[in-house]
Amino acid sequence: MTVDVQTTRERFEESLADLEVPVTRTEPTDLESTLEEIVREPVIGTPLEFDAVSLPNWIDDAPTPATLEAATTSVTSASLGIADYGSVVLPARPDGSEQVSLFPELHVPILRESDLVPDMPTAIDRLGPVLRDGGSAILATGPSATADMGALVRGAHGPKAVHVVLLEDGETDE
Amino acid sequence: MSDADGRRSKAAHIRRLLETEGDAVEENTIGFNRGRYESVADLEDYEELKSEARAIKENAIERLPELIDELTATVEDNGGTVYLADDAADANRYIREVASEKDADRLVKSKSMTTEELEVNEALEADGVDVVETDLGEWVLQVADEAPSHIVAPAIHRSEADIARLFNERFNPEEPLETAEELTAFARERLGRLIREADVGMTGANFITADSGTIALVTSEGNARKSAVVPDTHVAVAGVEKIVPSVEDLSPFIELIGRSGTGQDITSYISLLTPPVESPVVDVDEPDVAFADRDDDREFHLVLIDNGRMAMREDDQLRETLYCIRCSACANSCANFQSVGGHAFGGETYSGGIATGWEAGVHGYDSAAEFNDFCTGCSRCVNQCPVKIDIPWINTVVRDRLNRGGEAGQFEFLVEGLTPDEEPGGIDLQKRLFGNYEALAKLGSATAPVSNWLAAAGPARTVLERVAGVDSRRELPEFKRETLRDWFESRGSRVDAADAKREVVLYPDTYTNHVDVDRGKAAVRVLEALDVRVRIPAVPESGRAPLSQGMIDTADERASRVYAALAEHIDAGRDVVVVEPSDLAMFRREYEKLLPEASFERLREGSYEVLEYVYGLLENGADADALGGADAEIAYHSHCQQRTLGLEPYTTTVLEEVGYDVLESDVECCGMAGSFGYKSEYYELSVDVGDRLREQFTEPEARDRIVAASGTSCEDQLGSLLERDAVHPVELLDPRRRSGR
Ligand code: SF4
Repeated sequence: MTVDVQTTRERFEESLADLEVPVTRTEPTDLESTLEEIVREPVIGTPLEFDAVSLPNWIDDAPTPATLEAATTSVTSASLGIADYGSVVLPARPDGSEQVSLFPELHVPILRESDLVPDMPTAIDRLGPVLRDGGSAILATGPSATADMGALVRGAHGPKAVHVVLLEDGETDE
Repeated sequence: MSDADGRRSKAAHIRRLLETEGDAVEENTIGFNRGRYESVADLEDYEELKSEARAIKENAIERLPELIDELTATVEDNGGTVYLADDAADANRYIREVASEKDADRLVKSKSMTTEELEVNEALEADGVDVVETDLGEWVLQVADEAPSHIVAPAIHRSEADIARLFNERFNPEEPLETAEELTAFARERLGRLIREADVGMTGANFITADSGTIALVTSEGNARKSAVVPDTHVAVAGVEKIVPSVEDLSPFIELIGRSGTGQDITSYISLLTPPVESPVVDVDEPDVAFADRDDDREFHLVLIDNGRMAMREDDQLRETLYCIRCSACANSCANFQSVGGHAFGGETYSGGIATGWEAGVHGYDSAAEFNDFCTGCSRCVNQCPVKIDIPWINTVVRDRLNRGGEAGQFEFLVEGLTPDEEPGGIDLQKRLFGNYEALAKLGSATAPVSNWLAAAGPARTVLERVAGVDSRRELPEFKRETLRDWFESRGSRVDAADAKREVVLYPDTYTNHVDVDRGKAAVRVLEALDVRVRIPAVPESGRAPLSQGMIDTADERASRVYAALAEHIDAGRDVVVVEPSDLAMFRREYEKLLPEASFERLREGSYEVLEYVYGLLENGADADALGGADAEIAYHSHCQQRTLGLEPYTTTVLEEVGYDVLESDVECCGMAGSFGYKSEYYELSVDVGDRLREQFTEPEARDRIVAASGTSCEDQLGSLLERDAVHPVELLDPRRRSGR
């Protein structure tokens, strides 16, 4: 239902705005140019889990411990977005997406509009079977942060900044 | 050490903490608290979520043995191992074995209170393992060689400048570190390196799901993720109570835990790791091998700790402690904690409101004894707890058990009649004195004014302070020769039964009856002005005083007598009207534990706080013009228990209706908290807590207002903090105050 997707998306964008996390909507065909504007070199990523799009070839999608260390930006795909919180669900995979999403200063999660869900219970319902199947995932909301040093600081052990890319995919594919 | 020496050294310890750590703790906890109030206000179904969370925990603890088996099977199916440890030594032995099998030189740890409970760092370090805390706050403490002072923010008592000084001394960086940004960047860099070269990663677990074997970690920094997935071996350590049946059960906790603790809607990362995880190892020895090309053989150990928990599960009073999700809301909302922090308000490991339950359960009563008194029973934490644990009740139970474990008192001869038969002789004199306030008040009124002269006299105060620890800086309540009941008996009712709209029993609490008789008289006149016929029968003290000292049997016996004295009135359709909020809270909350269910329900439904009752009368058509009132400005402090019951809006609404302009305080507590502020060891803390209220009421918009307070002890405290008298709101409604409004 288009109406629902609209409201969920707007809510998602609003939650991200509250977190001061920028979000860019883009057509799949414009993904490359969108990323060009967002990322800061050196950039690494892991292969996107979507059929319709893949990472542009100038992004190193086979990172190693050495390139992980050196990277400033990372691009990975997210499996869900939670509108109420502005959270993205980052699955942990054998290709290193968990580490890749965590180490560099700027993380760019890419997700499809059709993968937005309104609230936490819906997200957890979707994750149930995945986790029971041995999968792992991170619900990431904004950048890493700490207040332990006497004031709120972003980028404690993880990214200082997050920039969400939302893929328009017309009608939902569900 | 004599009691008096003990009190003196306790007071000195508190004073030291107030001076050194108080400011940082105050600023941080009040910040968390403000965030919590705002964040839960945004949550549409907050109360439902809390009920859901509680139901999940009740069910999980009920089914715990079965869930442990299910979880064990799941984790083993996934390829991990589970070890169920009886106690700290058992757990540490297992963890040391894992480390030695891995030839581990370094273990990196993500913050975990359960491992603090085990003192696992010390155990591993004794074997030569370099243990590194990676949570920034926890690392600060490790560098400073200090214990956590808060369950969520362990270094909450340290300021930015403090940490900068520590790091500059300890690490001697090229450029001295100053700002929080610089300190964070420094720590990130240094800890990042240590994590990369670690052999084992250790985490706790906020929740573990039995159906999938998932470890849920609630964090913001990202260090838990790094610790769990960078090295090839992950050891997760968790109390058995962390198990929930299924993944779906996580949802309410994820929505509640951040909000309850630090006031964030959600923390940056909720990691749901089902180990051994599929993520590749970050291997510094193979820097150029792509992650995707690795084929890692990860190892995972789940160490489940009993350490007293299964016994807590069998204990009808301590069981609820196991529902705790360690969010820290009880600590942050505690006025005493806000002043003095977890280094005073905590045992060997845990601190804050629920720490008494935890310490009694995992370390024993001695550990809980040291700080159990800090809970004043104000109940401010009750509505803040996301799993609805009755934290003050747990504290009362532990206090009662401590009383029973104590030695026979040494002042037996002085206090004959001060320990009721139900209670053991081990209760110290101070507790007996405050617990039997009713007996004192009766004697005080009967012998007033002589009793008051005596009590005020220098030598008597010295003795009282030395023997019973009643602080001589406090003004003692002055007993009235004519009690409220005496007055009412000779005056009689002014409303005829035939004309009466309603008939009530005004509950003559000890203080109103013997000390603040004026507020009782005002209550009578207010009710009568609204055509209510009043009766004031003899009803014993509610049991609040003995309960607050941990004398549960006495409170229980009082509850029965109160009920006996009121039951017939309730049956006759008379409402019970209560002036003192802490007594009403007994009827509405604590009596649930002391009376048969049906009796409790009847009394709860038939009793009202006096302004709540006036509000109801006005709503039902009574004429507000019959009451006193004026176009005046009021600074109003509600009462902790009254606020927990959600009653303060009645007072403000009624006061506004008769013309007052009301400004309400927003501090957690006035600090007096019944007998707490009279005790010499807590006097300074009580004043420090009260200072937040004093500040609010001396600001320009408040300082010229009439001060009103609903609670006895709040009135006393405000009187001494502000050096002007506070009145009970009902006195502001007294028809005798009528003005030309
Ligand atoms: S008792 Fe309740 S409020 Fe306190 S830490 Fe536990 S869950 Fe949080």
